[in-house]
Amino acid sequence: MEAIKHFINTISAPYIMFPVVLLLFFFVFPPTTGLMKINRRLGLYKLWTKQGGIALFSTLIVFFGFGLTDENFRKIVMKPDNVPIVALIFLVVFFLWLSMKQGWENDARIAQGKLPNEAEDAKEKILVWPDLVYIEFICLIICSAFLIVWAILLPAPLEEPANPSVSPNPSKAPWYFLGLQEMLVYFDPWIAGVLFPTVIIFGMMCIPFIDTNRKGSGYYTFQQRQMAISIFLFFWLVLWIFLIITGTFLRGPNWNFFGPFEYWDPHKLVALTNVNLSEFIYMIVLNQKLPSNILLREMWGILLIIAYFGLIPWMLAKTAFRTLYEKMGVARYSIFTILLLMSASLPIKMFLRWAFNIKYIVAIPEFFFNI
Amino acid sequence: MAQEKNNPIQDFFKNLPQSQLARAIFRTGIPRNRRQRMMIMLNSVFLHLHPVRLPKHAVKVKYTWCMGGLSFFVFLVLTVTGILLMFYYRPTVEYAYGDIIDLGEQVPLGIMREIHRWSAHLMVITVWLHMFRVFMTGSYKPPREFNWSVGVILLVLTMLMSFTGYLLPWDQLAIWAITVGSNMAGATPVLGTSGPGSALLALGDVNFIHSASDARFAMLGGRFVGEGALLRFYVLHCIGLPFVMMIFMIVHFWRVRKDGGISGPT
Repeated sequence: MEAIKHFINTISAPYIMFPVVLLLFFFVFPPTTGLMKINRRLGLYKLWTKQGGIALFSTLIVFFGFGLTDENFRKIVMKPDNVPIVALIFLVVFFLWLSMKQGWENDARIAQGKLPNEAEDAKEKILVWPDLVYIEFICLIICSAFLIVWAILLPAPLEEPANPSVSPNPSKAPWYFLGLQEMLVYFDPWIAGVLFPTVIIFGMMCIPFIDTNRKGSGYYTFQQRQMAISIFLFFWLVLWIFLIITGTFLRGPNWNFFGPFEYWDPHKLVALTNVNLSEFIYMIVLNQKLPSNILLREMWGILLIIAYFGLIPWMLAKTAFRTLYEKMGVARYSIFTILLLMSASLPIKMFLRWAFNIKYIVAIPEFFFNI
Repeated sequence: MAQEKNNPIQDFFKNLPQSQLARAIFRTGIPRNRRQRMMIMLNSVFLHLHPVRLPKHAVKVKYTWCMGGLSFFVFLVLTVTGILLMFYYRPTVEYAYGDIIDLGEQVPLGIMREIHRWSAHLMVITVWLHMFRVFMTGSYKPPREFNWSVGVILLVLTMLMSFTGYLLPWDQLAIWAITVGSNMAGATPVLGTSGPGSALLALGDVNFIHSASDARFAMLGGRFVGEGALLRFYVLHCIGLPFVMMIFMIVHFWRVRKDGGISGPT
C-alpha cells in the first residue's frame, strides 16, 4: 500500500508526469498520418470503444476509491470548492470518450463509403414540440434535482472573516484560473497572467478563421480533422485541464509540489538554484563576470527569442509546413504559427527549468521585463 | 346510467383548455394535431427561440450533450438565486461576512447560497463542455465562425462572473483568491506598476502609472482588496457583467438560428 502511494507520489511530480503525458498525447491523438499508423499498431484507438471506456472509467474509479482511503488525499479532494474539479475530471473523460467513440465510428463508416451516423439520423425530420421540448424539460428537472441535492449535501465553504494581515499558505486563485497560476512557476505575471490569457482568448476566437478544412462540419470525426482536433485537445486537455488539476491538487504551501498522498508540510524545503540564461552563459560557460551593459548582458536571450518567433515560422514554411503555408496564405499562417510557438514556449520553458534550472531567458528586472 | 350523467366539475376541467381564458393566454390551446404543434412553437415568445422542425440528429443527447441549453438554464438559476441573495446581502466590509452567515442560519430555506455557488461552478463546467462539443462536431466552421467567437467572449464573461462573485463572501478564501488574481493586473505591460514598460507613460519626471493609478487600482478601487474592491466586484457581479452577458447571449442565440440552426451534416 505505502509502496504504491509512494510510487504515485513520485511519478506525479510535474517533471515526470508532464513529459509522460506530452509523449503519450501525440500517440493517443495523432496529428499526422505517420503517428496514426503507430496509434493503430499499438491499438490505442481501442480506448474509444465500449471496452475502452469501461477500462478508462474503472481506472479512474479505482484510483479515486483507493485514494479516498488515504487521509491526505481525502483532505484535498473533499474540500468543498475542489469537488467540482473532481466532477470535471469524470465529465471530461466521459465526454472525451463519447466524442472520440462517435468520431471513430463515423470514420469507419466513411471508409466504407457510408454516410456518418448523424447524416442517417438527419434524414428524418421531427417536430420540436414535443420531441425536443420534452427532452429539454427532462434535462432541466434532472439538473435542478442534482443542484438541490448537491446544495443540501455539501455546504458552501466559508472560512474565517477576511483578514488582510494573515495570508493563507498557499494562496490560490479560483480553481478555473489555477492553470494560469501554475504557469506562474515558469513565467512572470505579465506573461502568465496578462499576455497568455489575452493570447488564449484571441487564439480561441481565431480558430474558425485558421482552420480552413471544410470537412467534418456537423458530425463527429477524427480522421478528417485529425490535426485540428489533436492541437485543440492538446490545449484543452494538457494545457488547461491537466494544469488545473496540478495547480489544485498537487500544489501545497509555498506552491511547492506535493504528491496526491503527501502531507502538505509548510516547512518542506525545496532548493532553489535557478539561474538566468545570461548568468548561465557568462558565468558558467564562459566563466567570467556579467557585463554591466544590459543589452550586452541579455543579447543571447533576446537573439534567441527573435530567432524563435522570427526564424522558425519562416523555416517551417519552407519545410514541414510547406503545403500548410500554401493552403493558408500569409496572414492565417503567421497567426497560426505564432500562436503555436507561444503555446510551445510553456513546455520548452518547463524543460529548460527542469533540465538546466533556467529561470529567465531574458532577464531585465530593471524594467520588470523578464521572459 | 351514472357515467353518462354530466358531472359539472369534470366538465369544467375537460373544457378548461378550450376556455376563453386559456385561449387568451396560450393562443394555441393543447397541441393535439400537427398544425397545432407547429403553431405552439410560433405563438410563444420563449418557444420560438427554437425552430418548428428539426432533423432528428439535432435532438439526440449523444450529439448535443445538452450543454448549451444547460448553460443557459444554469444562468437562469443563478439569476433567480442571485436576486434572492441580494435581498439579504450588503456589500460592505462591515456587514458582508455576517450576512453570509445569516443566509445559512437565519434565512428560511437557507440553501440559496449553496445553490448559487454550486450553480456557478457548474456553469463554468457546462460552458467549457459546450465549447468542447462545438469543437468536436466542427460546428464552428462556416457559416458559424462568428458565433464561435461570440461564444468565446461568453465563456470569458462566465469566468469573470464567477471571479467577481468569489469575493463577495468576504472570507479568507475570497480576499486571497482575488488578491492572487488581481496581482496579475498590476503586471499588465505599460499599464501596471509592476509590469514591463510602466515607466514609459510619463511626462518628464511625472509618472502616470503608480500604485494609486494603474490597471490594478482601476480593478480594485484601491491599493489592496478592501471596501472599494468589494463594492466594485458587487456591482460588476450583479449588474455590469450580467448586462454585457445578456447582450452577447442575445447575439449568440440569434446567430444560432440565423446561421442555420444547430450544426449538422450537409
